[in-house]
Amino acid sequence: MAVRAEAAVADRAPAEETVRRRATVARRLLRHRLFVVGALLFACVLTVALFADLLIAVDPNRISIRNKFKPPGSEWLLGTDNFGRSLWSRVAKGAQLSLAIGFGVVLLNAFFGTLIGLLAGYFRVLDDILMRIMDAFMAFPVILLAIGIAAALGPGSVNAVIALAVVYTPRTARIVRASVLVVREQAYVEAARAMGAGHARILFRHVLPNCLAPLIVQLTFIFAYAVLSEAVLSFLGLGAEPPTPSWGNMIAEGRQYIREAPWITLVPGFALAITVLGLNLLGDGLRDVLDPRLKVQQ
Amino acid sequence: MARYVLHRLLASIPVLFVVTLVSFSLMQLVPGDPAILIAGLQATPEEVARIRQQLGLDQPFHVQLVSWYAQLLRGDLGSSLLLGRDVLEVLLERLPVSFSIALYALLITVAIGLGSGILAALRRNTIVDQIVMTLALLGVSLPNFWLALVLIVIFGVHLGWLPTGGYVDFREDFWGWLRASTLPAVSLALLQTGLLARITRSAMLEVLRQDYVRTARAKGLPGHLVVGKHALANAMIPVVTVLGIVTSLLLSGSVVIETIFSIPGIGSLLGSSILRRDYPVIQGGLLFVATMLLLLNLVVDLLYAWLDPRIRYGRGG
Repeated sequence: MAVRAEAAVADRAPAEETVRRRATVARRLLRHRLFVVGALLFACVLTVALFADLLIAVDPNRISIRNKFKPPGSEWLLGTDNFGRSLWSRVAKGAQLSLAIGFGVVLLNAFFGTLIGLLAGYFRVLDDILMRIMDAFMAFPVILLAIGIAAALGPGSVNAVIALAVVYTPRTARIVRASVLVVREQAYVEAARAMGAGHARILFRHVLPNCLAPLIVQLTFIFAYAVLSEAVLSFLGLGAEPPTPSWGNMIAEGRQYIREAPWITLVPGFALAITVLGLNLLGDGLRDVLDPRLKVQQ
Repeated sequence: MARYVLHRLLASIPVLFVVTLVSFSLMQLVPGDPAILIAGLQATPEEVARIRQQLGLDQPFHVQLVSWYAQLLRGDLGSSLLLGRDVLEVLLERLPVSFSIALYALLITVAIGLGSGILAALRRNTIVDQIVMTLALLGVSLPNFWLALVLIVIFGVHLGWLPTGGYVDFREDFWGWLRASTLPAVSLALLQTGLLARITRSAMLEVLRQDYVRTARAKGLPGHLVVGKHALANAMIPVVTVLGIVTSLLLSGSVVIETIFSIPGIGSLLGSSILRRDYPVIQGGLLFVATMLLLLNLVVDLLYAWLDPRIRYGRGG
């Protein structure tokens, strides 16, 4: 009886430890002023994206020539475009698309980047070949390679997600690999091996959890880049196809009316800037708290 | 040093090989028959067949691959479907245009990014530091193509100080070139300037904490000499590595910025080729830019080794 109770106490101890550590991280994040600002900015965009259908009164694709080129004001919150479509409705729907694409890129990137990074860092035979391939992908300027892949696959949001996931995966793989190289030499990994743990168990139970901090920081920045790059792709006609509103194609469409109706371009650009700024601040804050080695000195 | 140079040259060969392979694969990614896509819906079967033959798509995969490498070794990037001209020739013709604007943007980046980064480090935790770092953060977050449009509205349309687009050859009219290129160069430089300022600041802060800086101060060396002679030279090492990334970003940005300002460079060529599905130009252009970047990174690495003797003696030296 007593032995079992002792075991239960011993089991609970690490769990309590984890909870306490998480609470400390959360407290430090909340004290990081820029992180809080970033979180608020991103929360605004996320709220608009999640509740877009409730927040808009007019269909984003409803054309009303009578109302074209209305400036932002009390009647039309953010104004209307050359077809008299509500810019508020279009920006809100665009937020949905941008964030969905960002999430898609982050998910694919997290999966493949982690897998490649783990394999390259843990199995030395695979390291050279995998990392040389990653180097070659990184020799291309990110957006140019994404443009090339998206141009080959054809326009569309899914293709944009694939193109962006491909170009950002090598960067994540490299970061995961670098952490694995450090973690695999730790005593607890050796202990696990000595106790007969298999490669899979070591990799996923011991190595991966200890590589998560830099990975989370990296994925936050990838989210920001993905949102920005998707806008570039759809600006060039490689993302979502009109009339589906995306911030990039709205900026492209507004371009020719920039003299008489600059708000058509300014509004989606502003939404894009807020999102990317918010994510960058979140990333900076997470890096300072989770991965202090990389901290930009205060 | 010679051995280090050789080592670096040899190491870039496998990377170049995979780069060429990736460029080749782009055409294989096109879903369905690229010839039909290029020719358009109204094309006759003969036209489609002609394009298929011109691109070598009627050949089996391995033949296509071998002839791709045979072409590359001859310095042949194929010919544009729409311009009917040699891709490499068109790229080389447009190179000075893109290069001149990229160089201008690089100058702006280095002058402002480096200067403000150093200033922020020296005035650490003051209002100056905070302003510089906030601007730098805005720089890395604002989309450059959007900023380009905002600049056009302000300086081109409202104030009428600078042209809203077009290009003037710098060999013909330098002032005209300067006027036409300022807005594109500033829009291109924005992101990199923010990046460089952030990195310069943290590199400077790291160096300023070192013992030799304290020693230099303690022996009574004037402040500008401590910063200029001791701190700056060492802070430059991480900064030089970033210059490779900066140039890569400049080249990436040029697709959109050149399109917005109607500048006849490599970027706008790529942009228009995408819309017209001129695959040989997209393929050749990407390969061309990636190869230039590889060379540039090689130069940066050598410069790095020259600045930091630990590297050339540490590995391969």
